Amino acid sequence: MLSCREVTRLVSDAQERPLGLQERLSLRMHMTMCSACRKFEDQLTTIRAAMRTFAGSNVPPDPPTDPHSGRDQ
Amino acid sequence: MTDAKEAGLSLADPTFLEDLRKQMLRFATLQLNDPSLAEDAVQDALIGALKNARSFRGTAALKTWVFAILKNKIADTLRQRQRLVYAGSLLAADDDDDEGANLPSLFDTRGAWREDERPQSWGDPESAFGKAEFWKVFNACLEGLPPRQARVLMMREFVELEAEEICATVGMTVTNLHVTLHRARLRLRECLENRWFAGGAQSC
Repeated sequence: MLSCREVTRLVSDAQERPLGLQERLSLRMHMTMCSACRKFEDQLTTIRAAMRTFAGSNVPPDPPTDPHSGRDQ
Repeated sequence: MTDAKEAGLSLADPTFLEDLRKQMLRFATLQLNDPSLAEDAVQDALIGALKNARSFRGTAALKTWVFAILKNKIADTLRQRQRLVYAGSLLAADDDDDEGANLPSLFDTRGAWREDERPQSWGDPESAFGKAEFWKVFNACLEGLPPRQARVLMMREFVELEAEEICATVGMTVTNLHVTLHRARLRLRECLENRWFAGGAQSC
């Protein structure tokens, strides 16, 4: 039975290399029982998407220089 | 006004150009860890952009393209440096030791998430991508990583180098690379959650 720590490693590795059958099965079994690790997995996907758009068109220019404008919501 | 004209005018606008240059410089400096090499890469990329600005439709396409050139320059510089300098000097030895030690204990002794470290729901995270404030937090979180983790993660995700190239450039094994990427992602995730997704975005 994998620990959450080991699962986060496999989720990260899955972005780097194909996981083996045993690894995939253990991972899926853990995921059915652990909502925190399911969130972690989704969030790494989000982070990769963010990293890949960071330097691209989705980076808005720095907002005009009004230090008091605050957050936009 | 046509989009192409707009892109050309954007580059002629000193404020836009200066903002863009600053963004590029931050990106290149973080990646190359050398201000003068970063300046050179940014300058080359901007010169290329100025020559071809008229062929772009709108500022978004222009920025994507300018950053694509910059990424290539950075990749070239990293490859050259790999030949010139040997990897050891790129890494402070203590950097390595610190990385594990400073990692906050996210997990208990059995390897389960500690109660207050369990990942929380991020709602609709992609909606954050349109907000300038989010990218500031994102950038701050990247810069807050231990330098080697940040560099390796960026080589992987922005410059999109292959694992072999990263390993050769920073002098690590593939296993070490995977360990480093895992740590970097754990930290970056935690930082984004604490500083943006956990409600920080709602208050000033």
